[in-house]
Amino acid sequence: MANNLPPFSLADMSGRDFAFPASGAGQTVVCFVKEDCPTCNLVMPLLQVLHQNGAIRVLAPGQTAEGNRILVERHGLTLPVLDDSTLKVSFAYDVETVPLLLLADAEGREIERLVGFDRDEWRAFFDRRAPEVEARWDALPKWRPGCGSLTQDPIIAERLRAESENSPLRARRIEIAPADDMHEFLFDQGFTDGLPVVPPTPERVLRMLGGTRRDSQEVVVKMPPNYAPATVEKIAINAVLAGCQPAHLPVVLAAIEAVCNEQFNIHGVNATTMGASPVLVVNGPIRERVGLNMRLGALGQGSRANAAIGRALRLAVRNIGGARPGGTERSTFGNPMKYTMCFPEWEERSPWPPLHVERGFKPEDSVVTAFAMTSGPVLCVDQSSRTGRQVAGSIGLSLEAAHHVRSHNSSDALVVVSPEHVDTLWRDRFSKDDLREHVQRVTARPLSELVSDDDVGGGFPPERFAAMPPDRRSRRVPKFAAKENLHIVVAGAEAGKFTSIFHGWAGGAMGSVPVSRKIGD
Amino acid sequence: MRYVCGWSASVERPRDQDFHKRSKLMATILDPTDERVPVARSITERPGAIAGNVALLDIAKPRGNVLLDRLEQRLTEQLPGITVRRYAKPTFTKPAPDALRQEIRADNDFVIEALAD
Repeated sequence: MANNLPPFSLADMSGRDFAFPASGAGQTVVCFVKEDCPTCNLVMPLLQVLHQNGAIRVLAPGQTAEGNRILVERHGLTLPVLDDSTLKVSFAYDVETVPLLLLADAEGREIERLVGFDRDEWRAFFDRRAPEVEARWDALPKWRPGCGSLTQDPIIAERLRAESENSPLRARRIEIAPADDMHEFLFDQGFTDGLPVVPPTPERVLRMLGGTRRDSQEVVVKMPPNYAPATVEKIAINAVLAGCQPAHLPVVLAAIEAVCNEQFNIHGVNATTMGASPVLVVNGPIRERVGLNMRLGALGQGSRANAAIGRALRLAVRNIGGARPGGTERSTFGNPMKYTMCFPEWEERSPWPPLHVERGFKPEDSVVTAFAMTSGPVLCVDQSSRTGRQVAGSIGLSLEAAHHVRSHNSSDALVVVSPEHVDTLWRDRFSKDDLREHVQRVTARPLSELVSDDDVGGGFPPERFAAMPPDRRSRRVPKFAAKENLHIVVAGAEAGKFTSIFHGWAGGAMGSVPVSRKIGD
Repeated sequence: MRYVCGWSASVERPRDQDFHKRSKLMATILDPTDERVPVARSITERPGAIAGNVALLDIAKPRGNVLLDRLEQRLTEQLPGITVRRYAKPTFTKPAPDALRQEIRADNDFVIEALAD
């Protein structure tokens, strides 16, 4: 079946429009050319004589306006050289090489095509289609390759894809005048967290969308506090702002699904005066694939993936959800973790089942877990313990400071154990549960010790304590409501007998519960 | 640099001047926000006098009830004709459930919400 060529209407240098196909025009040659292509210059005189012959209509879309002018002058052309400097028609025809000559019938169906210049092919074409035309074929080279179409220039190709009718981009376009400073503009619009961002041009967003198979218009979540539809495209725009690579996008998408889950309660996490923010822990094979750092400096700066994925989540919550400091973000002090916080567990260095497996996923699944933190990472320094029990006890006492030493049962904690500490723990076969139970044991205090007094407030209310029966007053209360409120992972450098701790926000149904989401393609 | 090709033409490159011109034109970025057009909100018209049912909503922050107790006492002293009804959110960390909001709206003429911090 003949190929129907895309219809178009382009103007020549005088502004006269030429439509293709055109009724009553008969057969038409459409030949794409650009002026700086030697092979195009080679064939222009041939197209001109074909045009003068009159049997076939000849149209030559040229890829630059100035180039068209030069071509017309240089070769004394009277054939319509058409302005396709926007490259829309070249793009629609998927031109890879110029010259590209297409012969079409009156209805615009392709009859034959010539690419580049092969003298025998072109001569045969002229002999078949316009035998009366005379040309000095022997003076022409036997073969010349064509040149790359301008539409193949990588930067231009992405722009054209972004602008085409079937573009996956639907977001509002914002034009920035040449006189404006792009970075200042982005700050002025409130799109940033205070640090510079990568301008989300259509080309960059398209590249970002290449990181996922999901449809760009799929609504991933309704994002609080605005409950705005967060499409894959909108999230990709924020991932560009944050400095992500396309490979990071699936992690960002899963992280956003996790924090916008009702159990995680991102609305409350944003709004609280306690300055809570999500910590993202990544598990599974995707860690190495996207370059997440789980070793030296895992919780700090220096890794693009760690920094950009966490930041993309924060910027999406800010820009799509509308959570901004002073608006629905009402943190008393703020928190540097509100810029970014994402790290992977070093599963291979840990003798324990990794976090995602504990939470019901398969080892081969890639998973992101969101935890709402308010303080930390707080360092537990214990360089002298030689038994697992001692290390576990040190971690326990360090956890007592969460929120307030006298505040028990209020929160969760995320415990990041270093390789050296986990070695000591595992030498004595301390499992994660053993660690949890020992933390509960060493932090358990008689309720009487947790009551506010004249020297220290902030503890258990004295009037409630006074109203309790004696047996309840003397009971021992561990730091955490249940050992499951302790979430444990391994990360960090080989050297360092430390454990790093994130204190949680309000725990349980009244606050935030950690949520895990599988990372898709 | 000059290229000689075919039978007549000699060409200089680069010639794609339009491309360089285009790059100096408008830059385009995509809007990272939810594109919500800001809505101007007006305050409900003030009635001039308080009568009927007055809801007191406790958002469940510590000591919010102390403030509301005092408010209820002062309101009933100064406006003996009104009826005060007490409501509470399950948790201050989340918006009030729809059912609670509808109940307050259906049964009351006024609502006072006790914020903390």
